[in-house]
Amino acid sequence: MKPLELMEEIKVSVTSDPDIVAARTRGRAMALQLGLRPTAATLVATAISELARNILMYARQGEIRIALIEHGERRGLVIVAHDEGPGIADVERAMEDGFSTSGRLGLGLPGVRRLMDEFEIRSALGDGTTVRVKKWNG
Amino acid sequence: MQVPILKQGAFLVAVIQSALTDADIVQLRDAIVSKVGHFRSRGVIIDVTALDVMDSFATGTLQDIAHMVRLRGAETVIVGIQPDVAFAMVHMGLTLEGVTTKLDLEEGLDHLERARPATSDR
Repeated sequence: MKPLELMEEIKVSVTSDPDIVAARTRGRAMALQLGLRPTAATLVATAISELARNILMYARQGEIRIALIEHGERRGLVIVAHDEGPGIADVERAMEDGFSTSGRLGLGLPGVRRLMDEFEIRSALGDGTTVRVKKWNG
Repeated sequence: MQVPILKQGAFLVAVIQSALTDADIVQLRDAIVSKVGHFRSRGVIIDVTALDVMDSFATGTLQDIAHMVRLRGAETVIVGIQPDVAFAMVHMGLTLEGVTTKLDLEEGLDHLERARPATSDR
């Protein structure tokens, strides 16, 4: 795969409840700036909301970076949610519908995967979690 | 941002005005459940027209409100879910199972008025 040309990036640190709203509001604005339809921008904003909440809930703090990217003719948005929290012991299990260690609906990560075009997760116990998702405009 | 909860006859109406933090939603839940008892309300309408995102937490908490209100003997109707929000919810697998939804405030009130049990002589 060809390298993606980085066009613009913003960073939102996630340390408290209102940061979830801030992150998804900025993500929606960038999605619209990219030319995504409002429906797709809503999917992006919803995914960011879930990712930011996971950071708060499991790691207490972390950051979300949102960048516009280009790949050939296509333009897109990449969102990276990163924390240095306890990490996920069983990533495969965390991706199963209905699985949650927080006692709530376990739809967070599998839901995010369904909202976005590409989804990658890297996590290890004691070594934090990084989730990288993308949405393309075509 | 607190959500105003207005008493409208036998019903309570909460109109969400802007994006809510998780803490705001939890506060809304507690306020509604308490006010249902205080005003002896038969029904609750929550208008979510202004919400541009309904994620798993918002959806889960709205569902909790509906179930808690039901346990208190009243009915909840969620109104105003926007088309893009509905699209995202379906993608996420968030269905608001067991919760009554209506198009808008008018339809919600109409539903509650019809559903309101007529005083029976039996």
